[in-house]
Amino acid sequence: MIYREAGQFRTTYAADQRVFPITQDRVGMAILLLVAFVVVPLTASSYALTALLVPMLVLSLAALGLNILTGYAGQFSLGTAAFMSVGAFAAYNFQLRVPGIPLLVSFALAGLVAAAVGLVFGLPSLRIKGFYLAVATLAAQFFVDWLFTKVAWFSNDSPSGTITAQPMVIAGFPIDTPARRYLLVLSIVSVLALAAKNLSRTATGRAWMAVRDMDVAAEVIGIPILRTKLVAFGISSFYCGVAGALWAFAYLGTVEPQAFDLQRSFQILFMVIIGGLGTVMGAFLGAAFILLFPLFLNWALHLVVRGDLRPGLLSQLELVFFGALIIVFLVVEPHGLARLWQITKEKLRLWPFPH
Amino acid sequence: MTGKVPGPLLLEVRGVSLSFGGVHALRDVDFHVHEGEVCAIIGPNGAGKSSLLNVINGVYSPNAGTITYAGETRRAMRPHRAAEQGIARTFQNIALFKGMSVLDNVMTGRALKMRRGVFWQALYWGPAEREELEHRARVEKIIDFLQIEHVRRTLVGRLPYGLQKRVELARALAAEPRLLLLDEPMAGMNIEEKQDMCRFILDANDELGVTVVLIEHDMAVVMDIADRLVVLDYGRKIADGAPAEVRANPEVIAAYLGVPTAADDRALKEAG
Amino acid sequence: MAFFVEVLVGGLLAGVMYSLVALGFVLIYKASGVFNFAQGAMVFFAATTYAGLVGLGWSGWVAFVASLGVMVVFALATERFVLRPLVNQPQISLFMATIGLTFVLEGVAQGVWGAEVRGLELGIPDSPLEVKGILISKFDLVAGATAGGLVAVLALFFQKTRVGRALRAVADDHQAALSVGIPLGRIWALVWGAAGAVALVAGLLWGSRLGVQFALTQVALKALPVLILGGFTSVAGAIVGGLIVGASEKVAEVYLGPLIGGGIENWFPYVLALLFLLVRPDGLFGEKRIERV
Repeated sequence: MIYREAGQFRTTYAADQRVFPITQDRVGMAILLLVAFVVVPLTASSYALTALLVPMLVLSLAALGLNILTGYAGQFSLGTAAFMSVGAFAAYNFQLRVPGIPLLVSFALAGLVAAAVGLVFGLPSLRIKGFYLAVATLAAQFFVDWLFTKVAWFSNDSPSGTITAQPMVIAGFPIDTPARRYLLVLSIVSVLALAAKNLSRTATGRAWMAVRDMDVAAEVIGIPILRTKLVAFGISSFYCGVAGALWAFAYLGTVEPQAFDLQRSFQILFMVIIGGLGTVMGAFLGAAFILLFPLFLNWALHLVVRGDLRPGLLSQLELVFFGALIIVFLVVEPHGLARLWQITKEKLRLWPFPH
Repeated sequence: MTGKVPGPLLLEVRGVSLSFGGVHALRDVDFHVHEGEVCAIIGPNGAGKSSLLNVINGVYSPNAGTITYAGETRRAMRPHRAAEQGIARTFQNIALFKGMSVLDNVMTGRALKMRRGVFWQALYWGPAEREELEHRARVEKIIDFLQIEHVRRTLVGRLPYGLQKRVELARALAAEPRLLLLDEPMAGMNIEEKQDMCRFILDANDELGVTVVLIEHDMAVVMDIADRLVVLDYGRKIADGAPAEVRANPEVIAAYLGVPTAADDRALKEAG
Repeated sequence: MAFFVEVLVGGLLAGVMYSLVALGFVLIYKASGVFNFAQGAMVFFAATTYAGLVGLGWSGWVAFVASLGVMVVFALATERFVLRPLVNQPQISLFMATIGLTFVLEGVAQGVWGAEVRGLELGIPDSPLEVKGILISKFDLVAGATAGGLVAVLALFFQKTRVGRALRAVADDHQAALSVGIPLGRIWALVWGAAGAVALVAGLLWGSRLGVQFALTQVALKALPVLILGGFTSVAGAIVGGLIVGASEKVAEVYLGPLIGGGIENWFPYVLALLFLLVRPDGLFGEKRIERV
């Protein structure tokens, strides 16, 4: 009843092309943004901001990046964390070696460096497809891992490749409280999410999906295959690079190359799969789910099992449940949480009628 | 249809041969099309019809021969170049993008005409939006023309076969082609659907001025809409002309009906 | 020169061990079209089960049979709860499901048996053998012979038997195989069971070399370049690929490593595989994919 579209007629193509063509959706989004930008920083606890919201947003950004590459363009990648790593180390080096460089410029440049690396590792994608490409991206993952650990220049001669991010300052204004860090990350992620959504509904997005679905047909229409794939790699890596920089500067503070290992790549891949491949919302839903799941499991287990658990058993149980959950998701709803949300909305449209 | 004056020569394929390993798909085929014509290619299965289309729009490179299109002669066409020069096509086993809606699929047909770069698209407000809306308006005309408005937001993979074929035609028309190559556009359709498709093809030829080359098995359709008929058999062209005269050609009849030739008699005798 | 040969031989024999793990992959991929990322976890799981049973006092052979039984149960459970519901889904879904399996296996193995590193005694002496002035490890030789034997048996199986042929049909098209009456479920259980057995053997060999620890799962990752070089569907390819990866990795580490800081074993096989893919996108022995329009 609340969600009725009745009476809402779209009389121009412009109205039809909107991201949220239904009024209720627009209102909902406006409220969400209001809460996110105004209510949360004023009311949320320091813990919630630092340990939950900031990492969730940053990982959503990385998931967005992977979504562009794997969800829209259909190029399977297991090297996401490597591009984050490049972004983090690049931002650190720009801040270190270029005196007076504005922070946001460092971040943008870090993204560009990551994009360049992404382009290089994307070149094989013209010849190689599917799992072979995935294994090729693993080459990127391991190589970058090794590079930042062994070559001391990247970490300013730190023995283990660890870097400590410089304090953040924008136009003389220090970003040093949880609320400020949260707002910075939220702003950057919002802008990039909007950009991703826009790309998905214009020619670039369509070209990606065409290449994903049937590249021979795409070529016949005139879509340039190599350029489309490279653009996907580039933009995806840009997003992952910025996410990596934010991870180092706004979240961890001190970063070792292991923070961006294969496990991280898998984590982001799961976010995209569980959230929903090929959707912007899926990246956020997946990130939230994956970050909150261990907390939920912890709480549930402590309800069931009084007394102390053997150390390590919790993380092992987590593994088992998580693995089982992935399988269950794949069987029940392969299109992820985003699809479940869509189905919910459709049911809401009809509520209280069953069909 | 008789009475049509053929326009200037648009496409000429000379002496084209194509083989895959030991299989000769095309042998020394000459083929030409005039601007504004509707030309049908017929022949038994495996005759090389699809291969001929694939050569014309660059999916395959021929082993011998030349292709002259819009004045340019070349050894082989490249798909991107073919698309740029106004050749569009549909495929035998529907080559739609299953993960996208009808509207998006048809919009991809406009890919070559959209100029705004990635940055503007990411921003959307401004030049990119204007371009999107402009192309949307054109695409809507084609959707209207082919009567698929009611499914424009449906995922193509969910549509019945007949509608999918129509969407593929829409995508090809969206490119505003000069030459339209249709590979069995009516396969698997019932009589009503075929009549609709015939109407669409003829209207496209008439109103939009598109030159059409189509592969088709249904003789009634072919007789009805084609200005000219080309017959292929075992990779060779065995007839080329107005439908009525081709139909009466004894070699064509033999290829289709399997009337035994002298070679068949000899083979039977040798087998004892 | 003798040193080089030693390094080479050591690398080759290590390579045979990689092949063993890759073999499990190939079996499953060949017969069900599934890229089984959990193969490494299966190696770890099998080895941990064996070591755990031996630690409880069971004799070697009994523990072996029991572990084999556990792997068979795993295969049956996987077929029933993972493969059957996902029949005919796109490859990437099945791949992700195997990653889920990986986590389950790792969690269960460590949860049941604990996470400590265990030693594994197989009774094979690790003393060096001297052949024409070159030192070769006896252990490596035994491992090599075992792996070689297994491969020969499996290759024969796929090529010559009726079941083997049916398996190849299944890998190509699930639905088609079903409609022809091939009992998909039974075949998958069979193949995964076989892969489990191979994993057990690999786990025992690797475990006695490295100790049974979590790092065993990483060995499976090394099998991926092996598969790239050899092709995902070729048993012979798994061997050749394994040899190439093992040899080149060792040689590169010893000769190239000191020049650029060492530790290049981790990425060298991947970069090698990547370069190789550019030349032959379907691997040395892999089947060429044909796309029809």
